[in-house]
Amino acid sequence: MPRSLFDKIWSQHDVLSRPDAGTLLYIDRHLIHEGSRRGFDILRDKGLSVRRPDLTFATADHYVPTRAHATQGVPDADKRGIVEALEGNTKAAGVQLFGIGHRQQGIVHVIGPELGLTLPGTTVVCGDSHTATHGALGALAFGIGASEVAHVLATQTLWQHKPKAMRITISGRLRPGTSAKDIILAIIARIGMSGASGYVVEYAGPVVDRLSIEQRLTLCNMSIEAGAKFGLIAPDDTTIAYLAGRPFAPTGDDWDRYVARWRKLASDPDAVFDRDLAIDISDLRPMITWGTSPEDAIQVDGCVPDPDHVDAKARDRARAALDYMGLSAGMRVTDIAFDRVFIGSCTNGRISDLREAARVIDGRKAILPALVVPGSTEVKTQAEAEGLDRIFTSAGFEWRSSGCSMCVGMNGDLATSGERCASTSNRNFVGRQGVGVRTHLMSPAMAAAIAVFGKPVDVSQIVDGDR
Amino acid sequence: MQRFESFCGSAAPLPRDNIDTDQIVPARFLARRRADGLEAALFHDQRFDKTGTLVESFALNRPEHRGAQILLAGNNFGCGSSREHAVYALLDYGFRAVVAPSFGAIFFQNSLLNGLLPIVLPQRDVNVLLVAAAGGTANSFYISLERQTITTGATSFTFDIDPFRKECMLLGLDDIDFTLRQLDAIIAYEGGSGDPSLS
Repeated sequence: MPRSLFDKIWSQHDVLSRPDAGTLLYIDRHLIHEGSRRGFDILRDKGLSVRRPDLTFATADHYVPTRAHATQGVPDADKRGIVEALEGNTKAAGVQLFGIGHRQQGIVHVIGPELGLTLPGTTVVCGDSHTATHGALGALAFGIGASEVAHVLATQTLWQHKPKAMRITISGRLRPGTSAKDIILAIIARIGMSGASGYVVEYAGPVVDRLSIEQRLTLCNMSIEAGAKFGLIAPDDTTIAYLAGRPFAPTGDDWDRYVARWRKLASDPDAVFDRDLAIDISDLRPMITWGTSPEDAIQVDGCVPDPDHVDAKARDRARAALDYMGLSAGMRVTDIAFDRVFIGSCTNGRISDLREAARVIDGRKAILPALVVPGSTEVKTQAEAEGLDRIFTSAGFEWRSSGCSMCVGMNGDLATSGERCASTSNRNFVGRQGVGVRTHLMSPAMAAAIAVFGKPVDVSQIVDGDR
Repeated sequence: MQRFESFCGSAAPLPRDNIDTDQIVPARFLARRRADGLEAALFHDQRFDKTGTLVESFALNRPEHRGAQILLAGNNFGCGSSREHAVYALLDYGFRAVVAPSFGAIFFQNSLLNGLLPIVLPQRDVNVLLVAAAGGTANSFYISLERQTITTGATSFTFDIDPFRKECMLLGLDDIDFTLRQLDAIIAYEGGSGDPSLS
């Protein structure tokens, strides 16, 4: 029987199956951050210890101060306590920590691939909904809550029911100035915020084949924004070239053995999917969200929708969203005036994202307060070696140290009520970047352009070259 | 986890779609520990205005819906983050069940693991319950997990639930203990002390 990439990884990790409880899946990599405190508390209450500290890897990202990059720099005592708990818990359990001050610290979904912790065909979990990011390397990766974190710490397994399978085949050619962020926003706008709920999504097709790993990471990252716990891309030459030489990737004879195994993972040609979707992105322009859900995405050359002209069921939500966002129905996207810019996050905080943004602002000046937060300390180091930091700072951007920062604002990096923020992150929920803050999601190139022009512009007109 | 017993309670309507975890518990409350309680954080920015005053018009604040134990919600309830605080806050406030046409996948699992019953019903059934809940219900809803029913007046709807999770909720069992009884299978899968993914 033909099998999909997902079927293959799932069955290889089946420890045991029961008709009532589903499959007990073995977890190859458990990535943890500060949010694991509750998981460790549950473990302690039950008198248990971490079963496989060697398969557990930790970093600090959510509460990390991006200015004073030190545990002592966390201004709030409660929040500092959470970072200290991570340091204490990992030390006591013998778990490797890429903590604040470590040269490999960073957002968990940036460092997993970067360090080669994430490998094709493995299962990866993390107490974070954006864990599907790692699926870009052909790993079965998904977000879990604190109780499941405790379960993995104690048993290295999880009970899961097999989801339905969806394939999204992306064809066409990306226009200049567009990127994976625009593709995923277009997909979410099309299928909706719960369009992939209950599914594992495999992204495939000629566009995906040509995307770099970093772009694929952006694509898989926002799977949860369409409701899917899992997003996947088959490993190929690009994946193998990306992983070669990474600190935790296999080496020597092992490497050849794993590569041979990874090459067999792709979905069989006649694999069957419960839902098959095709999207052509040849006409895709840069995307931007206008509302308070990632599905509220439109092209930069479009107009803010009129709630009177949307589906009756969505009308009230659209009205409330416009009201919160301070926008009027029918206004041109290019007329929306911004107050602030954030470039970073597990969606768009990688080196290629920073290069893309720097290309837009090079030689220009920001007219808005703008923050650049590299996704990891290694990204920061690399960017500085390339001189990107100087491009940003001479344009008036703030250049910070790595962490989740303004994507969720848990470290205190927030905008103020009423401000409109251009953000390369993944959620434009009400209050996400601060009470009353209006978040618009977009690509790094678009966010950089807004910092310079104050309003959205079609970035394809200011950057050149086809990719 | 506490045992889930059948109960009579009232229901509060919050029928909007896509209520995300940032609305359920704003991120600034996540530094609180479980023992501190999250009752006050639940829907904080909708229950209270910027001065901290109760917003009378918000459904949970209306006198007829105070003390509700059942939340009637819209599609995709609990979408967004994996933060379990969303479930803790609903439990701490006094909710024991949420009824919706669909749930965010991670929230759904977190609810089951913490004794908050997520009930999936078709929109038309949720609409019937919403009508019954309008204007206050004075404990007129009855939920039996054993029989998998939610009843109000002469109307009763049956819901599906994973039999394993149902058993755990009814007995107040946590699945870590259950899984540890399968340790032999896990050890056999691992086949030694190395990294099973690299063997």
